Amino acid sequence: MLEVKDLAVRYGNLTILDGIDFSVKEGQWVMLIGPNGAGKSTLVHAVTQGVPYAGTVRYKGRDVSRMKPANIAREIGVLAQNHNVAYAFTVEEIVKLGRYSFSPSLFKGATDEDDVLVKKALEMTGMLPYRNQSALTLSGGELQRVFLAQVFAQDPSLLILDEPTSHLDLLYQKQVLTLLEEWLRQPGRAVLSVVHDLSLARIYGTHGVLLNKGKTVSFGILDEVLTREHLQQVYAMDVYDWMRDMLSRWECACE
Amino acid sequence: MENMIRKEHFRFLDYSLFGSATLIVLVLCVCVGSVNIPLGEMVKAIWNALLGLPVSEGAAQPIIVSVRLPRVICVALVGGSLSLCGVVMQGLLRNPLADGSTLGVSSGASLGAVMAIAFGITFPGIPFAGTMVMAIVFAFLSLLIILSLAYRMDYSLSTHTIILIGVVYSMFVSSIISFIMTFSHEKIKTITFWTMGSLSGSHYQNALVLLGALLVCGAVIFAHAQSLNAFAIGEDNARHIGVNVNKVKFTLLISISVLIGICVSIGGSIGFVGLAVPHMTRMIVGPNHKRLLPASTFAGAVFLMLADLISRVVLRPLELPIGVVTSFVGAIMFVYIFYLTRRRI
Repeated sequence: MLEVKDLAVRYGNLTILDGIDFSVKEGQWVMLIGPNGAGKSTLVHAVTQGVPYAGTVRYKGRDVSRMKPANIAREIGVLAQNHNVAYAFTVEEIVKLGRYSFSPSLFKGATDEDDVLVKKALEMTGMLPYRNQSALTLSGGELQRVFLAQVFAQDPSLLILDEPTSHLDLLYQKQVLTLLEEWLRQPGRAVLSVVHDLSLARIYGTHGVLLNKGKTVSFGILDEVLTREHLQQVYAMDVYDWMRDMLSRWECACE
Repeated sequence: MENMIRKEHFRFLDYSLFGSATLIVLVLCVCVGSVNIPLGEMVKAIWNALLGLPVSEGAAQPIIVSVRLPRVICVALVGGSLSLCGVVMQGLLRNPLADGSTLGVSSGASLGAVMAIAFGITFPGIPFAGTMVMAIVFAFLSLLIILSLAYRMDYSLSTHTIILIGVVYSMFVSSIISFIMTFSHEKIKTITFWTMGSLSGSHYQNALVLLGALLVCGAVIFAHAQSLNAFAIGEDNARHIGVNVNKVKFTLLISISVLIGICVSIGGSIGFVGLAVPHMTRMIVGPNHKRLLPASTFAGAVFLMLADLISRVVLRPLELPIGVVTSFVGAIMFVYIFYLTRRRI
């Protein structure tokens, strides 16, 4: 579905990303992995046309940079890392905006399909009881779910998520990721997401792109990407030992 | 009230509610002034003038028909336009403090108008087109300069950066205006008018131009209500849901430049209308631009008509410049909104 070829992002003399190649195919959940400053978020910005880049990003064979914004939005849904609402929009108003690319005209009101999808998205994310509440009164985790609902209302085929669990506590991390896993089960869908937590990447991901210092270290099936050698190279520590060490603290804890 | 907040669009009932409030204030403002005129006499005077009947005795008819009515109509249209522009800027920039005066757009437009007067730039055949076109062009240039500077310095366009740049830009422009004034003594009186802001000499011609601009630009802006909602939530989010960010931004910036330019060329720079009114309106109808845009337009008309009334009545028979009243209210409002946003409400 998504094909990224030889992508590079430069600000003046500073090279943030260079020679990035990877692809996302139907049914895959591709995890973007890498330490702080590896360029994960910049890669997401580039793929979603938020920063100028060199190279090509293709969606189903079409050059994304030449597609109309509304046409991109019907296919690709994006969940940003940070949300900062300045005015007292209600939860429902924000989620409804997910339908923007389907009825951008003022005179063409929301259709029944829009209403159904908005309601479903609110239900899926557990935000239905909050629908008339001002977004300014919500916690970070609730806001994250509101924007997730917006993306679901958009009904895209490809989801691009920048740290979808960053503001969520453990319970909601699990809920949101399970929700995404269910969403992905429908045919013709795929997910690309940035994650920091390698364990979460292992549980939910099918494929991985390991980035370091703006370059691709490895791309492929997760087990082949997250090898001890790769992680040693990127994180400069023995990640396997550290993970086992952490787990062992739980095993010997008295229940 | 609860019902009004709940629904998406501005319905016919809301339009008639806001419209009749505007009309009532308009009538009040025509009747009250240095000479108070009873309602019946006013209606008769306008009726006579419309039908072309002979002037009735007394001073009422000339005052109403050729002085007060055009002035009040112009005030209402300028108020509505400036308030509408304020809403657009606050939505586009996600900044509750944005307004033609705080960003320096009005000052920029004044500079254009002043240059047109000082250097005698005119278009043959159309009486005030020179100042108007120059004001529009300079309003747009100012917006471009301020926004590109702001983007350069702080990509996230934080509230404070934009306001700071606006303040600096206004000062810079004022210095150029003063510079031009020292070189054109004979035109100082006309130029001072632009820096103070006044609508006392308005004609029906002005009203017609304002009405046309408000209808055209207003229609363009109203058609972008949903895009403005997206911008108000965040520019990145707007792009993600499929808003053609650059195209929409450009269209809206042109529209508000035209409106502000025309308002400034007719009434001078009247500060803070676009700041105070949208904020108060937002508290009543909520931040959804489908309601906020029309509601603010009416509320802006009402606000500026009342401000104009105060400026005419408070020191009767002397008259205050209208900018004195709006800036007085607006400055207090600015501090209040600034205080609220600092607490991240």
